[in-house]
Amino acid sequence: MRFQNIPTPAEVLAEAVDLFGTAGFYVHILASLERIWLGFAIAGALGIGLGLLIGWFRFAEDTLLPPIELLRPIPAVAWVPLSIMLWPTERSSIVFITALGAFFPIVLNTIHGVEGIDRQLVRAATSLGAGRAAIFREVVIPGALPSIVTGLSVGMGVSWLCLISAEMISGQFGVGYFTWVAYGIVKYSQIVVGMLVIGVLGMVSSVLIRAIGARCMPWLPRRVKDGA
Amino acid sequence: MTDDSTGRIEIDDLSIAYGVNGRRVEAVRRFTLTTTPGEFVALLGPSGCGKTTVLNAVAGFVQPSNGTVVVDGEPVQGPGADRGMVFQQPSLFPWKTVLGNVEFGLKMRGIKKTLRTSRAHAYLSLVGLTGFEDAYPAELSGGMQQRVGIARTLVNRPRVMLMDEPFGALDAQTRLAMQELLLDVWREVRTTVIFVTHDIDEALFLADRVVVMTARPGEIRDVVTVKLARPRAAEVIATAEFMALKARVFAQVREESARVLPGRRR
Ligand SMILES: Nc1ncnc2c1ncn2[C@@H]1O[C@H](COP(=O)(O)OP(=O)(O)OP(=O)(O)O)[C@@H](O)[C@H]1O
Ligand SMILES: [Mg+2]
Repeated sequence: MRFQNIPTPAEVLAEAVDLFGTAGFYVHILASLERIWLGFAIAGALGIGLGLLIGWFRFAEDTLLPPIELLRPIPAVAWVPLSIMLWPTERSSIVFITALGAFFPIVLNTIHGVEGIDRQLVRAATSLGAGRAAIFREVVIPGALPSIVTGLSVGMGVSWLCLISAEMISGQFGVGYFTWVAYGIVKYSQIVVGMLVIGVLGMVSSVLIRAIGARCMPWLPRRVKDGA
Repeated sequence: MTDDSTGRIEIDDLSIAYGVNGRRVEAVRRFTLTTTPGEFVALLGPSGCGKTTVLNAVAGFVQPSNGTVVVDGEPVQGPGADRGMVFQQPSLFPWKTVLGNVEFGLKMRGIKKTLRTSRAHAYLSLVGLTGFEDAYPAELSGGMQQRVGIARTLVNRPRVMLMDEPFGALDAQTRLAMQELLLDVWREVRTTVIFVTHDIDEALFLADRVVVMTARPGEIRDVVTVKLARPRAAEVIATAEFMALKARVFAQVREESARVLPGRRR
């Protein structure tokens, strides 16, 4: 093992101060954030929308679920070559990979959430005068929401994974690209700063998802660990 | 608050069978019962005899295999807000506040917010839950949840309120308090009630008539008219009149229960 290559905390700190003083580093961070945001938003919209349909409507399950199940085992990274061929720009192909990775956990958790809805609540709603549309709006969506938020939270983690992998393989910008290039030019302290930035961004985005989730679901009891 | 002329249920020769993987399970057989508007009828019978099935047929959740259910002259086609249901599990919408739950039926009818809030408040005060409007169901006790369920149903002013062992999961004290509360509420909001239970005291205490069902397939075994004066207080269960009715019903229920749970011979 070559531990002697590992930079000291002081070197990393100095490097971080340096990097955050240059405009170039922010270009990488902003590129990654933009791709994450776009990819995740697309995955969220498609995953939640399709998940609700598949979970609630038989015909949607019969037609849409088989292809999803078929594509799911293919790791998002394996899509990188095809994606580069398929999409005109580097940005769009990386957003595609990011969205693809996040899509599966979101869609599957949404389906799971809809299927777990208490049928008695649906009955209660119909005997209170709710029609089909009202049941979907007032029972199915809120009933699936806890699972949807779980899916989003898992999806956010996966989309970072996919983003960084895709950037390392094919990027010209982005924190993943930056970190990979640092390796190529033997700047060990930059590698570590890149990794730490990825860690912090990933953590902040998952905290954000959970906070928004808790905001949308005021009926869920606070976790016991947090105290009364 | 409800028109005295609505709430006439005519169940005529009702039979219901479920098909379970090719096997036919006959749940209800040749059940005929007519209620008068505003009447309180209890359905009493052993577990699995088809009580819930009868309620579900009136609610429109299951289709009769034979026979008809007619409410105020209209054959039951499917579920509707004119026939409200109170379930054993309170089945409140966990994501709605108490107020949101009670307002639900009014919202479905397109009534505007200010009006539905004021009506919901009136029904919440009727069941003694003023001050809990903003609570979520998970923050309430079982008895309070059931009171929300009753308010949520009655706010629609249904012709019929169907209650499926609504107090079955409550402890004895709460159950008694809920029975008294239900009678108070029912005096204010006169609607026909079909109340399913397997508690004889509960049936006799609440109802004008108690329908005793046989073991599955559920047929009507006896219809007991309860003439105890109203308003009734809990003390009524110690009267001779009550005891006599109870003895009559008890003997029948015991026989029917023995058919469900054989094994203990005498
Ligand atoms: N959806 C269904 N599919 C098949 N069989 C059913 C269904 N619902 C009820 N049954 C059967 O029909 C019979 C009557 O059921 P029901 O639920 O009406 O009884 P119940 O009197 O309400 O019982 P309990 O007191 O336990 O609630 C039972 O044997 C039950 O197993
Ligand atoms: Mg039942």
